[in-house]
Amino acid sequence: MVSGAKVKLLREDGRRLDGRALNEMRSCKIEAGVLKNADGSAYIELGRNKIIVAVYGPKEVHPRHEALTDRMLLRCRYSMLPFSVSDERKSPTPSRREVEISKVIREALEPAIFLEEFPRTTVDVFIEVLEADGSTRVASITAASVALADAGIPMRDLVAGVSIGKIESELAVDLNGIEDQQGEGDMPIAIMPRLGEITLLQADGRYTREEIERALQLAMEAVTKLYEEQRRALKERYSKLPIEEVESGEFSEGVAQ
Amino acid sequence: MSERTYTIVPHPRRETIRSMLKRGERVDGRRPDQYREIKIETGIIGNADGSAKVSIGNTKVVTGVKSSLGAPYPDAPNEGVQIVYAELIPMASPIFEPGPPDENDVELARIIDRGLRHAPALNLGELVVTPGKQVWRIFIDIYPIDHDGNFIDASGLAAVAALSTARIPKVIVSPEGLVIKSEEKVQLPIADTPVFVTIAKIGEALVVDPCYEEELVMDARITFAINGEDKVCAIQKGGRGSFTLGEIKKALEIALSVAPELRAKLPKRSI
Repeated sequence: MVSGAKVKLLREDGRRLDGRALNEMRSCKIEAGVLKNADGSAYIELGRNKIIVAVYGPKEVHPRHEALTDRMLLRCRYSMLPFSVSDERKSPTPSRREVEISKVIREALEPAIFLEEFPRTTVDVFIEVLEADGSTRVASITAASVALADAGIPMRDLVAGVSIGKIESELAVDLNGIEDQQGEGDMPIAIMPRLGEITLLQADGRYTREEIERALQLAMEAVTKLYEEQRRALKERYSKLPIEEVESGEFSEGVAQ
Repeated sequence: MSERTYTIVPHPRRETIRSMLKRGERVDGRRPDQYREIKIETGIIGNADGSAKVSIGNTKVVTGVKSSLGAPYPDAPNEGVQIVYAELIPMASPIFEPGPPDENDVELARIIDRGLRHAPALNLGELVVTPGKQVWRIFIDIYPIDHDGNFIDASGLAAVAALSTARIPKVIVSPEGLVIKSEEKVQLPIADTPVFVTIAKIGEALVVDPCYEEELVMDARITFAINGEDKVCAIQKGGRGSFTLGEIKKALEIALSVAPELRAKLPKRSI
């Protein structure tokens, strides 16, 4: 964040401190249907990030006056647990950063959902970051769209996200914590992989026009891998269930066995 | 503008706006890449260290800069502190309610903060009085007072105009280490003057500087903060819709092309 990085983020061999190449993502593992009470849920591990997402709904809107007559009200809460950060304990009250991230995550998921099919209802998306190591907002989006699909909410596409950053003047895919803190910039991007539409784009740092275009290209390539993992997680979830329960929609009982 | 402060645009009106845009026409007669008239006044608040009132069409934003001496952030002991705050007050529109800042207030403040920080507008390294102990804390408070769309760009102009005309007390550090604020005033160390360009996507059209009605019917918006070297120093997409790769590239091209004319509206620094 601070101009003039103090820590070297690239090794002599041109690789990053954790040994990755500039265009290499950390390993990513997603599991769908991890909570019993939620209508849909997902867990993601992206490198050392550990994030759990719960989806409740569609259901009645409370308070009632928030209900929308022409579409579903999507609500989103991104929250970092006090012990999730490498610094000192994070206060559990929502920070301004969390308030903003909750908003941009919601706006990254909304384009994928057929909101207009569920007027006067709401869907709540609760995101808890158990352990944070950079790129948490995009990992949250990747997991949240799997949780929404797990809840059976009709969607145009999944949404997958990746952070493209700038470290030592080079574009790097999937920033980790130290690269985010000490690097020259961070550009979180979320994409509907099948449709190729961008649903979240933020950036800080300084970029030329060419760098932004290349970053978007790198993100497009990175999300195809995430998309495969998202689909794998959903397929695995449903292949575990006895077929009659998939058809009757009694998913949680299926998991409890 | 009171006849326009509805929150839902009637369908026939929505269709009119969209079909006109297919012909490249906007409801208020502007070209897609044309801003409304921009006016910037500075030094409007005597008690503030710097201040500005910006209007873009009917949208009006007041911004003040206050400075105080204080401790630096522990992770940046040799830098001054920049704090941006914004509040969408009920005065500006019947759609705003009193109460603590909500996500819209927070988002506005954080977009402006990122654009200023990464341009960088302020050379924070020059705002240190006693390294590690005492630095200038520069507060930039943004208050929209009349809402006709595009608060981001208006707030950005107001913040940069207020900062670049601000004067803070010169400090003298005595040999015993006492810090004395003198009567003499000095300018803030301005390193760059970023401008914020917001582009709304309405159907297939991309338009700069959306007015309130266009914001109500837009699918999504994207803001680029652009510094004096034509580098993009912040981006923020907002709204329920999405952008294709081509649309982002086109929006960026538009933003880069209109940034110089916006920057030309900013006050020249007084010596």
